Amino acid sequence: MSARETGGKIAHRGLIALFSIFAAFPFAWMLITTFKKTNDLLNPNRWIGNTVFVGVVVVIITLLLAVPAGYALARLSGTFGEQLGIGIFLTYLVPPTILFIPLAKVVSTLHLQDNLWALVLTYPSFTIPFCTWLMMGFFKAIPKDIEEAAMVDGMSRLGAFVRVILPMSVAGLLTVVIFTFTLVMQEFVYGLTFINSGRNFTVSVGVPSFLVRGDVYFWGSLMGACFIASVPIAFLYNLFVDRFIAGFTVGAVKG
Amino acid sequence: MRVADNPNALARFLIAPALIYIGAVIGIPFILSLWFSVSDVTVSSAAGRFVGLENFRSALGDPSFRRALRNTFLFAIVSQVIVIVLATTLAVALQKNFRGKWVVRLLILLPWVAPVSLGSIGWLWILDSIYSVINYGLYHWVHVCGPEPGMNSCPVWLGQPSLAMASIIGVQVWRTLPLATVINLGGLSSIPQDIHDAASIDGAGFFRTMFQITLPLVLPILLVAVLFGFVFAFTDMIVVWVLTRGGPYDMTQVLASLAFFKGIDGGDLAGASAVALFLFPVLAAAAILLLRLARRAEVI
Repeated sequence: MSARETGGKIAHRGLIALFSIFAAFPFAWMLITTFKKTNDLLNPNRWIGNTVFVGVVVVIITLLLAVPAGYALARLSGTFGEQLGIGIFLTYLVPPTILFIPLAKVVSTLHLQDNLWALVLTYPSFTIPFCTWLMMGFFKAIPKDIEEAAMVDGMSRLGAFVRVILPMSVAGLLTVVIFTFTLVMQEFVYGLTFINSGRNFTVSVGVPSFLVRGDVYFWGSLMGACFIASVPIAFLYNLFVDRFIAGFTVGAVKG
Repeated sequence: MRVADNPNALARFLIAPALIYIGAVIGIPFILSLWFSVSDVTVSSAAGRFVGLENFRSALGDPSFRRALRNTFLFAIVSQVIVIVLATTLAVALQKNFRGKWVVRLLILLPWVAPVSLGSIGWLWILDSIYSVINYGLYHWVHVCGPEPGMNSCPVWLGQPSLAMASIIGVQVWRTLPLATVINLGGLSSIPQDIHDAASIDGAGFFRTMFQITLPLVLPILLVAVLFGFVFAFTDMIVVWVLTRGGPYDMTQVLASLAFFKGIDGGDLAGASAVALFLFPVLAAAAILLLRLARRAEVI
């Protein structure tokens, strides 16, 4: 190996190491500086429970609404369907920070203030558009002949979708589940706006709201738990990353 | 013909629930926010009165609003310029095969996957006024600042306006780098290998290939990544909320966080809606640009 190649290799490794440290350092630092938790009023396990509850219900709503919509956009309509698909994708760009003020009023009118159902109802506003778009791309990749064969065998189109196409789409459905759950875990603005009491917080709101109070830092097992919980999700992301890119680039990158 | 067999009726039946839901949780609030911005509605009042453009006028006359507007652009533009450079470098480095690449990709995805508010707490601790690990390093290892006589005192990262702004931008870079890198990687891997082979046969070196062949080819996709990053940074308040709460003295406030403090903490829904709506023109422009880019990229 020439000196030049060795130098290039060292530079490459160094660069990779530098970026890895940049990415992981805050997490590592949180784990290193673990302090004893002294406040018994806070129950981080409850926050984890809340997050899982909201996540599961939102995943169910998203699957029920986004998967059929994605199929309809992929198969059953022409130019109008395409434009509708783009329209749905664009709603993903409308940020929570424009909607949270009117939604706060809606939530208080519905008497859902400080109630986890306020989050369950509002989170699909960003999970449905993204997942509809993802599933549309997924269904487009399945050859039409498959349903047509099923329909020749006497199934209705709906029957072909439910009994033939859906079982083939497990990977796509799993992608929806992962991305929806991650988006729920990440969400901060709605959680901060609609929830007031410590017992109803999700992890992403509860931790920064309470654990930093009064410049006293309570770290403890929760930080470790959050970090450890993030690793399997990063792992899954790593596996599904190509589909994720396709969702973001409006199909511009073909996997 | 039954609904289950009629393609058009079935399409409507399958897509209607999603459309109705999106209309209810995005469309209606958006219209409400337009109404709020021209009314005097507060948290406690049942319905507001029409006040015309008064809220927009008073926002524009407010120095903290003007600063927030400037900060929002600064925050979004500077962070995304840095992200483009770093994400391209990182994506090119990750394209090569090496041992442990999988683990590196996992680590690099972490800031994007872990809840942002938690990652930001890690940074809060790193930048803390007393326990800052950066200042510890600057004192113990580099000896440029510290508590000893004759030494400069170490920077208070989140307490000095310009440093606080720089810190917030840095954390935003940290958090959006994974997305841009991953999108970039997708773009890079879609370039056929023959093109690289042809370039290397013609004797093009690394940098020549990079700037004259690779970058122009991934440009549309790179722009998509940048636009997304820009939209997220432009409309975001999480990093600001966790790191500075907009302080010191509203110096790091952005539009989204200002709207939050005004509307949710202060109860002025009308004024806050007006502030948040200033985000909209830029968002609309970004959306139009994104669609154009996507169309063009598809043609390639």
